[in-house]
Order: sequence, then C-alpha cells, then structure tokens
Amino acid sequence: MNALVTAAKKEGTLNVIALPPTWANYGTIISTFEKKYGITVNSALPDGSSQQEVDAVKTENGTAKAPDVLDVGMAVALANTNLFAPYEVSTWSDIPAAQKAPNGLWVQDYGGYMAVGYSSKFGTITSLSQLLGPKFKNAVALNGNPTSANAALNGVMMASLAEGGSASNIAAGVSFFQKLKAAGNFSPIQATGATIKAGTTPVVFNWDYLNIPSYVGVAQANWKVFIPQNAVLGGYYAQAINKDAPHPAAARLWEEFLYSQAANGGQNLWLQGGARPVEQQAMTANSTIDTSAAAKLPSVTGTPVFLSPTQATDAANYLAANWAKAVS
Amino acid sequence: MAAVTALNETPATSAGRPRGMQARRRRRLNIFRYVVFTVLGLFFVLPLLGLLRFSLEGTKLGTWSGTAWRQIASYQNTGIPPLQSAIEITLELAVITCAVMLVLLVPTMIWVRLKVRWLERTIEFLCLLPLTIPAIVLVVGLGPIYNKIQHFSLSSLMLFWIYVVLALPYAYRALAAGLSAIDVTTLSEAARSLGASWFTVIVRVIAPNMRQGILNAVLLSWATVFGEFTIAYLLLYTNLQVELYSISRNTPNAGVLFSTSFAALIFTFVLLLILSYVGRIRRGRG
Amino acid sequence: MAVAATTETGARSWRAGRRPSVPSWLGTVPFLAYVAIFLLWPTGIVVVDAFKNPNGAWAFSNFTELFNPLVRGYFIGSFKLCVFSSIVGSVLGAILAYAIASGDPDGVVRRLYLSASGVLGQFGGVTLAFAFLVLVGPVGLLFHASWYFDFPWGIGLIYIYFEIPLMVLVFLPAIDGVRVQWREASENLGSSAWQYWRYVGGPLLMPAFLGGALLLFAAALSAYATIQAWENQVAYVVPQQISTALSSEVGLSNVNVADLLALGMVILMAIVMTGYALLQRRAARWLR
Repeated sequence: MNALVTAAKKEGTLNVIALPPTWANYGTIISTFEKKYGITVNSALPDGSSQQEVDAVKTENGTAKAPDVLDVGMAVALANTNLFAPYEVSTWSDIPAAQKAPNGLWVQDYGGYMAVGYSSKFGTITSLSQLLGPKFKNAVALNGNPTSANAALNGVMMASLAEGGSASNIAAGVSFFQKLKAAGNFSPIQATGATIKAGTTPVVFNWDYLNIPSYVGVAQANWKVFIPQNAVLGGYYAQAINKDAPHPAAARLWEEFLYSQAANGGQNLWLQGGARPVEQQAMTANSTIDTSAAAKLPSVTGTPVFLSPTQATDAANYLAANWAKAVS
Repeated sequence: MAAVTALNETPATSAGRPRGMQARRRRRLNIFRYVVFTVLGLFFVLPLLGLLRFSLEGTKLGTWSGTAWRQIASYQNTGIPPLQSAIEITLELAVITCAVMLVLLVPTMIWVRLKVRWLERTIEFLCLLPLTIPAIVLVVGLGPIYNKIQHFSLSSLMLFWIYVVLALPYAYRALAAGLSAIDVTTLSEAARSLGASWFTVIVRVIAPNMRQGILNAVLLSWATVFGEFTIAYLLLYTNLQVELYSISRNTPNAGVLFSTSFAALIFTFVLLLILSYVGRIRRGRG
Repeated sequence: MAVAATTETGARSWRAGRRPSVPSWLGTVPFLAYVAIFLLWPTGIVVVDAFKNPNGAWAFSNFTELFNPLVRGYFIGSFKLCVFSSIVGSVLGAILAYAIASGDPDGVVRRLYLSASGVLGQFGGVTLAFAFLVLVGPVGLLFHASWYFDFPWGIGLIYIYFEIPLMVLVFLPAIDGVRVQWREASENLGSSAWQYWRYVGGPLLMPAFLGGALLLFAAALSAYATIQAWENQVAYVVPQQISTALSSEVGLSNVNVADLLALGMVILMAIVMTGYALLQRRAARWLR
C-alpha cells in the first residue's frame, strides 16, 4: 500500500469523469482524497452518461487527458470490459461475490433504491396511484428518457413493480405513465435543482440518493421521499480502471480510497451522500459503518429486486418500441 | 469608395418633392420603428428578466438574495481550473477564430463571386454543412482528428480548428449579404484596369465596401466561440461555457447556473459592443 | 482604356501578356483544403460509420432504417419545428433588421442592437428553456400557457427567440445595400410603396432573405441542448434520438444508428437546399 501511495504521489494527478459533486457526495470525496494525498483531481464532463465516459476513454486514448477511472452503470460496464484493467482492492473479500467480477475487471461501488421525491406541499404520498389524482397536474417527471438514462428506465420499472408487473415485464410501468399522461399529470421537463426549486417539477422519480435535499437543492423540510411498498428496485453502479490510464498508480490509489472502511473513507462518505455502499453489510458487522448516516436512509418494506442483465436489456428493448407512443 | 447612404438620408439632389409627403413618410417610418422595437424588445427582454429574477432568488421562493452572484467568485475549485484562465483561453480562441475565418473566407468568397461562379453553390453547401450536423455527432467524427492533435498540444486553444468550421455558416451568410449589396464585378474591373493586383483588389477595394458584412461576420464568429459548449465539453477541454457549467455543478445553489449564464451574456455583449466600435475607428482612417 | 505597362505597385497590367492560364478555381484551394480536413473528414467518418455494424462490418441495409416509421416520425417532427420557427423567425428578423437599418448607421442604437443580436443568437440550451419555463411554463410568472408543451408551438417559440437575432445579423448587410436613390427613382416614375417593394426592393433582397431563412432552418435542425432541456423524456426530433443512440446507458446505444440519423439530416438539408436553389433561381429571374 505504501508503495502505491508513493507511486501515486509521484504521478500527482488523477483524471476522473462524470462525477457531479452533489451526486452521492462525490464533491466531498474528491476534496478529501485531494487533501489526504496531495494529488490534484481533474474532474471532467460532470453530467456525462456512462456511455459518454466510455467514449471519452476511446477518444482520449493515449493522451494525458484520458480518464483514469470510471463509474458506470452495469449495462455499460458489462459491455466494455475490454477497456478495463483488473484490480482487486485490499477489502476485496468484504464485497459480496454477486457484486464484483471474479477477474477483478469491475466492482460495484454504491447504489440505492428507486424512489419518488416530492414537494411537501402535497402532504404525504403512500402509493403511486395517488399520483394520478388531479392535484398533480403537470407535476410528475422522470429523470431523463428511459431509453437513454439508467435512472429513468429504473423509474418506469419501479412503477411496473408497483402496478403488478415484474422485473421481466416493464409493460405495466409504461401503461402507468400512459395513464399519467392522459390525466395531464406527466411533465416532460428535464428535472433539475432549478426546476424543482421553481416548482415546475415538484414530483420526481429518481434514485433515493438523488432525492436528498442537497442534490435537489430544496430544504429538508420541503422535500419528502417515498419508496412504494413491495416495489423496491435497487441498482448499483460499478467502478473500473482504464487499461491505458495515464496515471495508473493514482487510479489504483483512488480505488483503495473509495473502498476503504475508514471513518472518512469512500464507503462512509458515500453513505453520508445517501447512497448504500457495497461493503455496507461487512461494515455493519465489523462496526466501521457510520451509524447515524445509515439511520437516515429511507426505510423499505419488501425484498429488494435487482435487474439481471437480460431483464435490463428486455426492458430497454420494450421501451425502445413503446415508450414514445405511450407518452408523446 | 462608394458611399453607403442610409435609408433615411435624402440626397441633396432630390428636387421637386413635396415636403409634406416626405415628412409623412418619415413619420410613418418612425411609428413603424417604435412599434417594432417595443414589441420585439419586450419579447427579448422578458425572458432575460425572468432569468435575472430567478438568479436572485433566496432559498424560499419570493425572497431576494445575491448569493448566486457572490458564489461565482467564491466557488470551491475542486477539480476545475480557475475562472480567469477559462476567460483568457476563450478570448484568445475568439481572436484566433475570427482572424482565421476572415482570412479564409473573405478572399475566397470574393474570388468565387468574380471568377469561379460555378463553385458558388458548392461553397454555400459546404458552409452550411457544419450547422446541419449536431455537435454531439460531429464529435464522433472529430475524435480521431483531435486525438492526433492532442499528441502535439493539449491546450484548449487547439479548439480553434473546429471553431472556424462552426463559425462558417453564420459568417458566410453575413458576408454573402454584404457581397450581394455591392457590384463586385465593376469594382474589380475598374481597379484592375488601374493596375491593381488581385491582392489590392480584394483587400483594399472590395473588402472596405463589405464593412457591415465583415463586421457582422466577426460578431457572429465571436459570439459562436463564446457560446460554444458541447464540443469543448465532450472533448474534455475547458472553455468559458464549460467552466461556468462546472462552477454551477459545484455550488449547491440552483441559481448559480443562471447567474453565471447571465454574467456570460453581459460579458459577451460588452465585448461585442467594443468590437463594433473598433470597426468605426478603422473607417475614420480609411 | 489606357494601359500602363507597370503601375506604382509594380503589378503588371491585366491586359498585357496573358500568362499560361492557371485555372481560377485554384484560388479556392486553401479554403477547400481547410474544409476538407476539418469538416469533410469528420463528416466522412460519420457517413461511413452509418453503413457499418457495431462490430465493424459493412451493413448497407442500415439505410433502410431511415424509412422505419419511428425514425420517419422524428424527421417529420424536426421538419415541422424547423419550418415553423425559420419562417416566423426570418420574417420577424427581416422586419427588425429593416427597422434597425433605417436608423442612424453610426448610432448607438444600431450598435446596441447588433451586439445584443450577436449574443442572443447564440443563446440557448438549459438557460433559454428555463427562462421560458419561468415565464410561460406550468407555473409561469406571466401566465400558464396550455399550448406550451404542444409540439411544435412551445419549443418553436423558444427557437424563434434565437432565430430572430440571427436573421438580423445576416440580413442587415443586404438591407444596407438598398440605396435610397432607388426608392426616389421609382417614386419619380410614379410607383407606390407597394410597387417599389414588389418590383425593386423585394427582388433585390430576396436572395439574402432566402439565404437567411435557410440558415435559420439549419440552425433549428441541429439545435439540441434547448429542446433537451425543455423536455427530455420523449424524443420529438432527430437530435434527441441521436443523443439516445450515442449516450444511452441502458444498452440502446449504437453509434452507427446515430451516424445514420446524422446522415439523414444531411440528406434532408440537401433536399431543402435544392428547393432553396430553385427559389433563388426564380427570384433571380425578377432581376433580369
């Protein structure tokens, strides 16, 4: 480990990509890493999608600007393993087997459950069918286009689970949004902190760690989150190291930092950002977890469901054929 | 050189025109101008005012707060270069782009108008092509080229190669409008018969008569460089718009995106205004 | 015409001794070379990739994808939006340009308007969409426009916002060239204002006007950030679908489809330009 730290400090720089500062507390993670090791972090393309991260790796290949590490959705990770370098962090054994590649090419880092965040002016929402009511005119938005954004696809899938569909069948979710649109409640606007603050998109389907006040930019008292009963849909992102990283030692040190179980290590920092770190089970067992942050996570009733790669592809293909028709 | 008279000037030689009719026409013209300026002016100003108002919002809707503006100066620069260097780079980019664009486009357009008219439509199509392909897809094609360029220089100034291309549609149109307003053939024949070289014809005879067209082309190119975001963003360069965007993502206040955009608008507006006066000083000497 | 053997600039008179003819189009080589490297080469990459598979093999059948009803819908949507915004934008822009041109050519007002046009013509994206949302959107300051999310009216209005300044900047130089003497002369011959515009001013300005409208059409066609911020959960126009094809995280990304759609846009533009060239030829006939 010490050798790694020395080598990384010698490199002095780390290129990260698509890490918005308010997303799962990445802003603090980056600055903590910078202060701890004195390495400058270049953060490019803050709102890039996972695919754009991979494209940047390909376009910038061989230059000093190429991204060193990637934080991508599972679909993109599985499709691009030929770009990654294998690496097993020191806490490798604390990560559940289903959440890492056996050859170390990728490993899941943090995740959350799909939730509905809403302005407190609507009272308390306990079920999705309430969203079809008249007081939600032009109010309900997804986080992006489901044929493009991971969060949006999972939003529709969560609606499907809540409406009686299953992980292999997203049709119920699409028809829910079709009903929303027919009732005039579906808002096509891209939901951002600004639109939420202005009241233009008061109800947003998004990961629970993206429905926290610091991400949506609204005070705690004015923004509530609910996860429907028995429609607990989880999703994790994955870390990978660029095979041709311009700063290989710094990249690996970054991974070590992210998976460290220290009080101000990556896992706990993610937890403080409202996301569930992948080593959460192990850390609860060995008491390294930040218990107050863990207590703030939204409670869930029901077994969490995770989409398998085939289920995710089937859902995407169904949406490609049917989404536009349903809601435009 | 041939003077360009404004539409409202009446040459001294106009004789025998009843005064009343001229005055009436002038009055109608003025009413028309005021109506147009007011209606369209409102159309342009109201959204900007809405933006300004939102950038001054406090944490509760309806209150006022200057935080979004103060935060432009005090953002935490985790991972992004300082604002000043982004402004400098973009200024340099704008100057280089305008210069290259003028040197490339003005002589070519004049030459084509004079000698190679059959190429005119082709050039027009080529100059419209950059605007037809969305920037997000153009980047796909630019990837290999910029990969090679980056082995020579990592500087964001290398963006000028593609910025000239991006400015072509607008600059071409402004220059074409300027060209169509003068009789290029007669001017060039007259100058050539007096023994001028082609260089003199283009630079010292025709170009000064296209002043408004050239000025507008420069304004458009300048504004293009200052407003360009997508290509710089996707190629991982830093220019003003990318920097402002990163700043707005680094500060939790939703209004910062709008205070930075508004500040960029005002800044570019002032720069363009200064540019338009540079044109005038040149004319005085000319 | 008196021909001097040499002049003060040392240039040889153009009448004396014709050199073996160097084809005149060589003068356009610098421009063409630049465009070839930085425009045609990237475009070529995009066009070639449109006919390939994700694993690199040739797939000319990709072209039939352009006729798939979903894709046709995107192109029709793009066309509707662009025609609406470019026609309204060019007419209003021409009127505004005329209003500016009829003022003092050296005045502050003109400079202010030109600079403002330069800035607003490039204004777009998230901030422009948000400005209109704040003004006429679902909880707008001014009023809540129920037609705001009807495609293409709401987004068309937003596009017109940046199209008018663009038109002003590209059309103004042409208006400046219309001499007041021509107006005087035509009135001396007894024509009315309407006849002047119909037979003199109009035909003179028509090429520049059509060129401006064409530019507006192209600008609207490739505009992406604005409509994406206005609404991004369904794709109405081709650039939005290109974005999905390029950056989809859910496995639907396919660079070749994106390139194919871009090729489709180039073809659409070529068709529009043909119509434009025909219109220009008709307008030029008026000048004969």
